[in-house]
Amino acid sequence: MNPQLLELIAVFGYLSLLTVGGGMAAFPELKTLTVDVHHWVTAQELIHFYSVGQMAPGPNMMMVTAIGERVAGVLGALVVVIAFFMPTGLITFGVGRLWVKLEGWPWRDAIQHGLAPVSVGLILAGSISMAKEVLADGLAIAIAAAVLGLLLRTRINPALLILCGALIGAIAFVCR
Amino acid sequence: MNDAPPNDAPAAGDNLPPPGRVTLIQIFSAFLLIGATSVGGGVVAYLRSSLVVKHRWIDDPTFVQMLSISQTLPGLNATNMAILVGDRLRGVPGALVAIVAICLPGGLIMFQVGMAYGLHSEKPFVTAMFQGIAAAAVGLVLAVTVQLGQKSLKYRDDLIFVALTVIGVNVFHLSVLYVLLGVGAFAVWWRRPRPDQKEPLL
Repeated sequence: MNPQLLELIAVFGYLSLLTVGGGMAAFPELKTLTVDVHHWVTAQELIHFYSVGQMAPGPNMMMVTAIGERVAGVLGALVVVIAFFMPTGLITFGVGRLWVKLEGWPWRDAIQHGLAPVSVGLILAGSISMAKEVLADGLAIAIAAAVLGLLLRTRINPALLILCGALIGAIAFVCR
Repeated sequence: MNDAPPNDAPAAGDNLPPPGRVTLIQIFSAFLLIGATSVGGGVVAYLRSSLVVKHRWIDDPTFVQMLSISQTLPGLNATNMAILVGDRLRGVPGALVAIVAICLPGGLIMFQVGMAYGLHSEKPFVTAMFQGIAAAAVGLVLAVTVQLGQKSLKYRDDLIFVALTVIGVNVFHLSVLYVLLGVGAFAVWWRRPRPDQKEPLL
């Protein structure tokens, strides 16, 4: 077996457990492991895959298949998806069946209320580390601020705004 | 992500199919459709309108309870919900079919993106477009963070744990795992069960 496949399984199985609150929670670790440690993708590639992944339908971390593809083709993509979704899948499956039985357990609420702010913090931390990579010039900052403002004030589809981002990037390139 | 129940949703226990009556093919097609159409995040709203409103496989209280499990546990909301609903409808095979179906469309698309990227990423025009996409995506993830915060931060002292988490990851560059375990354990202990003691709401 290709040793890289084993590394993919180890890395994405581990990242799976960090996605508390959403995929973004694992982003800082995703970057460290795939870019700095294993050199599977560059920081720029990772950011691009993640960003395009926000336009794809379904769970918003399907971009992991793109990384798997870059490392080891079809098999890589398959291995990464299974490694990324199986650990948390099994936990959810088990806890889901237990949850009702835990109804009167006082720690159930403590865990739920305690982890809520930590998951918000992890998502925020992931967003910050992504922003540090991306917001390098005035145009990028303006696009990000506009998208943030529009999403908080209107009910516009985010995929449409990301498409607009692509268009603005293209126009800026032509005008340069 | 509008989770407010409209009137056409079934009330608790109202004519829901008994477990085992929904076929695996029905589960597969419903989740495949959600996986193919939920463009632009907000997959929770798509899940609800399919599972609660259209198919009436689960009622709103069950949906909300499953969502709160999904949000507390590691894993994405979309895939955790697929497992919980699939298990509820058809046990282990139901959960497997649901998670595969919801991941399939987006996974195939991103696989294609990975291949195409290898061929075209050297072109400066493509890079410029990707920079615009990435900047917009930063706006999106920040908006998602703000919305999640507005929904799930209930107490004033929650902000302490948000701050500790961000400082641990972004300032001290600690591993996400250590921050999750450390701050998580502290926060759960902070909210430990205490007889009749209520924190002031925000």
